[in-house]
Amino acid sequence: MSECMQADIVIIGGGPAGLAAAVAARDAGEDSILVLERDSRLGGILNQCIHNGFGLHTFEEELTGPEYAQRFIDMAAERKIDYKLNTMVLSISRDKVVTAMNREDGMFQVQAKAVILAMGCRERPRGALNIPGYRPAGIFTAGTAQRLVNIEGYLPGREIVILGSGDIGLIMARRMTLEGAKVKVVAELMPYSGGLKRNIVQCLNDFNIPLKLSHTVVDIRGKERVEGVTIAQVDSHGKPVPGTEEDYTCDTLLLSCGLIPENELSAQMGVEMNPVTKGPMVNESLETNVEGVFACGNVLHVHDLVDFVSEEAENAGRNAVKYVRAMGRPGSRKETGAVPVLATDGVRYTVPVCVRPDYMDDKLTVRFRVGNVYRDHYIAVYLNDERILHRKRQILAPGEMEQVILDREKLKNVPDLRQIRICLEKD
Amino acid sequence: MEKRELTCIGCPMGCQITVEMDGKEVKDIQGYTCKRGKIYAQKEVTNPTRIVTSTVRVTGNPEVPVISVKTAQDIPKADIFDCVRALKNVTAVSPVKIGDVILHDVCGTGVDVIATKSA
Repeated sequence: MSECMQADIVIIGGGPAGLAAAVAARDAGEDSILVLERDSRLGGILNQCIHNGFGLHTFEEELTGPEYAQRFIDMAAERKIDYKLNTMVLSISRDKVVTAMNREDGMFQVQAKAVILAMGCRERPRGALNIPGYRPAGIFTAGTAQRLVNIEGYLPGREIVILGSGDIGLIMARRMTLEGAKVKVVAELMPYSGGLKRNIVQCLNDFNIPLKLSHTVVDIRGKERVEGVTIAQVDSHGKPVPGTEEDYTCDTLLLSCGLIPENELSAQMGVEMNPVTKGPMVNESLETNVEGVFACGNVLHVHDLVDFVSEEAENAGRNAVKYVRAMGRPGSRKETGAVPVLATDGVRYTVPVCVRPDYMDDKLTVRFRVGNVYRDHYIAVYLNDERILHRKRQILAPGEMEQVILDREKLKNVPDLRQIRICLEKD
Repeated sequence: MEKRELTCIGCPMGCQITVEMDGKEVKDIQGYTCKRGKIYAQKEVTNPTRIVTSTVRVTGNPEVPVISVKTAQDIPKADIFDCVRALKNVTAVSPVKIGDVILHDVCGTGVDVIATKSA
């Protein structure tokens, strides 16, 4: 193995989160940044998301995924940010030695001062869904099909059933239809879709593709290749209702059943995980329990909009720079108590999970998701027992990430701040 | 009098909007709960349009078999399939840059199809 390289900030992943973090870190004055990317190009999953709708918040125009990615790739290039492609990170030690390998360098190590985790997420595979039946060819996650069609130029099937109505599944229903396949039905286990309304209308309704809510696949037929699937209605506990089975002939089953942050590296180095998000627990600086290790983007919690990934990652980048600078100055890191941010009454989780008022910016965005569809509810924020926010919302849904902004001054003005609580209230 | 049922795409509410049409004329819009809904319904029944995204084959770059493309502006919804069919016969030649015109005036819409990826 070659000699250990050095870098102030090593960023794991060159997708939208990693690139935005790198650009922000460079703009904050950091010279020594290295981005490690597993794929043969930068940009991550955006490269296969060829539909439009990206960038309305960041660039105030509607871009496709590859165009959005290219904006950040160009920004990274203008700033001469170092990166390595086709590079797999194998481990990160607690003292921030990153071990990685690729074909040019072989196995190598980089000693980092700070690490930014930006590995993104993966789709929940069939094995995690407990669908009975054979294991024939023709079962893909929606994202795999998306890669085959949009990057490699193959159509993975002609007659399609889709399980799960996440956005990628909906987008692929339209994409496969446009490419000449017949999408017969989209089945969704939950009584509501996890996808955006816009995608339901423009990807399903536009092409008369039926969406069956509270339905799931109970059987997959075919030994060599998928020949058909059986779909049944489920009761309020998610159990199939006997007698409601319907058979569909198809050669392909696409799965769009949720995304899971890809945190093997994080867990291995002792980063504490949030069981709800499956991402690291982070403080206001997006720093994990391992000092100097930050997380952003879909590895932290799965986002709906890349614009918010970019924004979050920029914060992680800037905070990593602050951390690196403070390292050289003994005593500059004040060990003040972290105030926990609690998610209760319909709020499933928050990012961050704790706040150190001394370290936060004037304004801090706290992002969260709700656990169900709520109509005419209020988002409330409490500092200890005092309610400081009470905002009415006509609708709140699990598929749409929400946010509240915390004011540093307000937090500092509460004597003995013990907890920040975010919850939903009926009135 | 014809009735059209729509789902608003403005927000997660997804209001069910009913539009009454007399031929091409909008007579009544019901069911929206904000002005975005009304504007959406009006446009959707009189002149529905979409940006179309797809891929075309590329020659001259063994690493990149296809590149992604989009219509530079939205085109009538009724022309979506014709647009995608027209793109089946197009092969781009590398080098292609983001924004390069891949197909002029697709299906007589007056709208160009442009590359959204370089190859």
